[in-house]
Amino acid sequence: MIGVLQFPGSNCDLDVMRALVDVVKTDAKLIFFKDQDLSGLDGLVIPGGFSYGDHLRAGAIAAKMPVMEEVKAMAKEGKPVLGICNGFQILCDSGLLPGALAKNTSMKFICKWVELGVANDTSAFTNLYAKGETIRMSIAHGEGRYFCDDASLRELQDNDRIAFRYGGSNPNGSLDDIAGVVNREGNVLGLMPHPERASEEILGGEDGRKMFEAMIDYIKSR
Amino acid sequence: MEQDIEIIVKLKEGLLNPEAKTIERSLNLLGYKNVSQFDTERVFLMKVDAPSAKEAEKYADEMCRRILVNPVIEDYTIMVK
Amino acid sequence: MKRPNVALSDEEIELTRKRLGREPNATEWAMIDVMWSEHCAYKSSRKYLKLFPTEGENVLLGVGDDCGIARFDDKYGIAIGMESHNHPSAIEPVAGAATGIGGIVRDIISKGAMPIACLDPLRLGDIKSHERSKYLFENIVKGIADYGNCIGVPTVGGEAEFDNSFNKNPLVNVVCVGLVERDKIVRGIAPNAGDTMMLIGSKTGRDGIHGVTFASEELSSGSEEESRPAVQIEDPFSEKLLIDSFMEIFKTDAYAGCKDLGGGGFSCATSEIVHKGGMGARIELEKIPLREDGMEPWEILLSETQERMMLIVKKGREDEVERILGKWDVLYSRVGVVTDDGRYVITQNGKAIVDLPTHMLTDGPLFDREFEAMDRPKVKKPDVSDAKSYFMKLLKEPNIASKKWIYEQYDNEVQTRTAVKPGQDAAVLRITNKEGIALGVGCNSAHCALDPAEGAKEALVEAVRNLAAVGARPLAAVDCLNFGNPEKPKAFWQFKVAVEALAGGLKSFNIPVVSGNVSFYNESDGEPIDPSPIVAVLGKLELDKIMTMGFKDEDDEIVLVGETKAELGDAPRVDFETEKATNGLILKLIGEKRVNSAHDLSKGGLAVGLALMAFKGGKGFEVDISKMGENIDDSEKMFSESNGRFVVATKDAKSILLAAEKAGVKAQEIGRAGGDKLSYGAFSVSLKEAKKGWETGLEELLT
Repeated sequence: MIGVLQFPGSNCDLDVMRALVDVVKTDAKLIFFKDQDLSGLDGLVIPGGFSYGDHLRAGAIAAKMPVMEEVKAMAKEGKPVLGICNGFQILCDSGLLPGALAKNTSMKFICKWVELGVANDTSAFTNLYAKGETIRMSIAHGEGRYFCDDASLRELQDNDRIAFRYGGSNPNGSLDDIAGVVNREGNVLGLMPHPERASEEILGGEDGRKMFEAMIDYIKSR
Repeated sequence: MEQDIEIIVKLKEGLLNPEAKTIERSLNLLGYKNVSQFDTERVFLMKVDAPSAKEAEKYADEMCRRILVNPVIEDYTIMVK
Repeated sequence: MKRPNVALSDEEIELTRKRLGREPNATEWAMIDVMWSEHCAYKSSRKYLKLFPTEGENVLLGVGDDCGIARFDDKYGIAIGMESHNHPSAIEPVAGAATGIGGIVRDIISKGAMPIACLDPLRLGDIKSHERSKYLFENIVKGIADYGNCIGVPTVGGEAEFDNSFNKNPLVNVVCVGLVERDKIVRGIAPNAGDTMMLIGSKTGRDGIHGVTFASEELSSGSEEESRPAVQIEDPFSEKLLIDSFMEIFKTDAYAGCKDLGGGGFSCATSEIVHKGGMGARIELEKIPLREDGMEPWEILLSETQERMMLIVKKGREDEVERILGKWDVLYSRVGVVTDDGRYVITQNGKAIVDLPTHMLTDGPLFDREFEAMDRPKVKKPDVSDAKSYFMKLLKEPNIASKKWIYEQYDNEVQTRTAVKPGQDAAVLRITNKEGIALGVGCNSAHCALDPAEGAKEALVEAVRNLAAVGARPLAAVDCLNFGNPEKPKAFWQFKVAVEALAGGLKSFNIPVVSGNVSFYNESDGEPIDPSPIVAVLGKLELDKIMTMGFKDEDDEIVLVGETKAELGDAPRVDFETEKATNGLILKLIGEKRVNSAHDLSKGGLAVGLALMAFKGGKGFEVDISKMGENIDDSEKMFSESNGRFVVATKDAKSILLAAEKAGVKAQEIGRAGGDKLSYGAFSVSLKEAKKGWETGLEELLT
């Protein structure tokens, strides 16, 4: 059973549910942030949206909610935790991933499909891709500019922890064109693009499916 | 005792502040060519109920470190007025 | 008798006194002033709006409620509404545009529907030369983006037209579409005495006080400073919480009716909802949660603080509703009770401060405005002597250039329904696994200025053609009629003939209007806007038969469907029978999978239409315009904006021509897709160069 965490303002929660339940056909349920019991879940997705209206900083308030302690515990146990867009912002702000997401250099929200270069093919979410492969996914964000200090960047680069880089032109000014990063153990991934919007041809492409399929395989193999 | 607290939050030095850059460029375009080094900060204002200014500052600092400020990309200063 | 401090005319003041049988007190005067404003009461327009066809087997909820609902299938209805927020956007564009989205989204929620998409038809001034228009445009788009993106409703389409008649009066119209199960439709009615009136959402402050009377006056140059308090401030996070909590509330049956608070604030929503049910209300003023101290009763009752809803809760079921609201941390208050005496009573500390029969507020006067026909302005044909240079310049014109700069700021995919994204003829959203809806918007304001009647017809047929081009049939329409000052006979004449013409079109197509909006007084310092009757049409299609405009395969044969007339620079004529026949043919060809691409022609005529198909498909074309059968100049063949025309690309042009002949529709093969040039015969340009000009034309002008 995969949980999809809902904060006030999350708005891609039902989209992720659709991708999990209707497209890759796995068991999934919505978890309201006030119900802090995440036991019984095999994996978790923190979906995109504008939790708390993006007030203070995107993801900043959600990152401090009590339920995030349970999310940290899940991650520590080795369970797969996926943060998409606002979810990535929340994972960074809560310390589960290094770095932070600042406002796009263009100062504008940007919604379009982009090319991504797969940079890590060993994590719980990316092992169905091939390193160096180019895939297409949709982005939709105003605060997607990834930033971290030099030491963190070296650590990410040296340990294969950058999951995706923007191919083509960098849409938001991210450091080293970073679109997604994983934790040391490879069971926590945060990315700005939306795999749930790239899981069906009718929506524009299916490259996102493999991320959810990999997550399911990983759960089965544990 | 209620203390007035002012917290100023700034983007870290190394980080581009595109908002400030855009505003400075627009000002120059509008004819204000004498302005340079335009920068923006965020200000949080609040009252903190604490026995002393030092205690109030400590309280504010804890809030900053816990949630109000993102230490990866922001610096801050606290002023007790 | 002292003249009360209201915007009402002397006649309206006398009428009030007569109907009530006494002098209203100050609070009551303030309420009547707002409820009888043009924006709320539709005094000048009601007489003519009656001409619209509003009924039909596809209408589940018709005009008269917060929005309309059209039948989609046996299970679902599609809610649709359209609104304008023109005057606030002229003063404070971010908040004005944002609250425009907020308002129409709440109209959709109030009927039990989940908002699934928005559209934003906009009119701006000349951004090439008018600084303020540029500022307004950039910030209106920002306002729509900030709000729509935050609440998780995709903005999937719209349009932007630029003309200096909008320099001082931009138009911000917004459409919202929602999904509702047919047996869960909620009405704006309080049917039972004893039910609780619950106010839900943000604390009431001084926002937008007298926003509707502001919308009913012309803007003067002093408006910006004077009008600031009349602008409402947006809070999309609160709106998102309303969406989530209300969708949960509507899963229960604890409610009896719902209305959102918009123009006219608390007074409007509460008086209308009880009046609809033939009921009355008894409301305690002090139960309304306030954001500011020292608010006067009239301020509380007329405030247009956003993100508030009025829910009629069945007696005894309040706890159930409040539990759901508590889950989402949404503020609520039981402010009153539905009564059965037809009186609208507000008490303060037990004492009645307002006591009016409900009809006093809801049934404003009906005006019969004077009208005076305007002479048709002389048509100015553009200089097309250097066709190639004219064409390349045209591609960069804001009215023609790519609107990517706008729609890339809108999340157009959230809710994963968007099957055809912005940039095509119509947006397509999936509803079930097999079927979906399409949304088309139309109105060429420049044409309406030349001929308001023909322009209004064109607005309708353009939207319907947009639907046909993607493979959808029309179900229902909504409209937003933007005009100048109705007290001026010439401006009112424009409105009158536009409505009459539009009504004729809707009847001819058998498309009911299920909701709409009128925005008058779009004039500044005596200069009115180009009349803009904007029409949005909802259509239905099968998802496995969606059509898009890009050229698909090399050597696809290009067929021009429809007849081109020498109408360059003019408002082209509309013939409903031709439109219906042509649309029918296109839908048949798409349904039978006999075309690879389809695009309906509008601005820029055939030349631009072919170019767009090339840009979207990444393939050029070779046509010879001079070989077209019509006996008109080449410049007309290239650029005339005649109605009733499509371009299709196909593997079998012969069979298309045969089908057209059978359908009584003119059609001719004009060339082939392929290559890296746009070749028109008289000249050709590189696809790459032309596309670059088109893609950068708008964004070059902006920050």
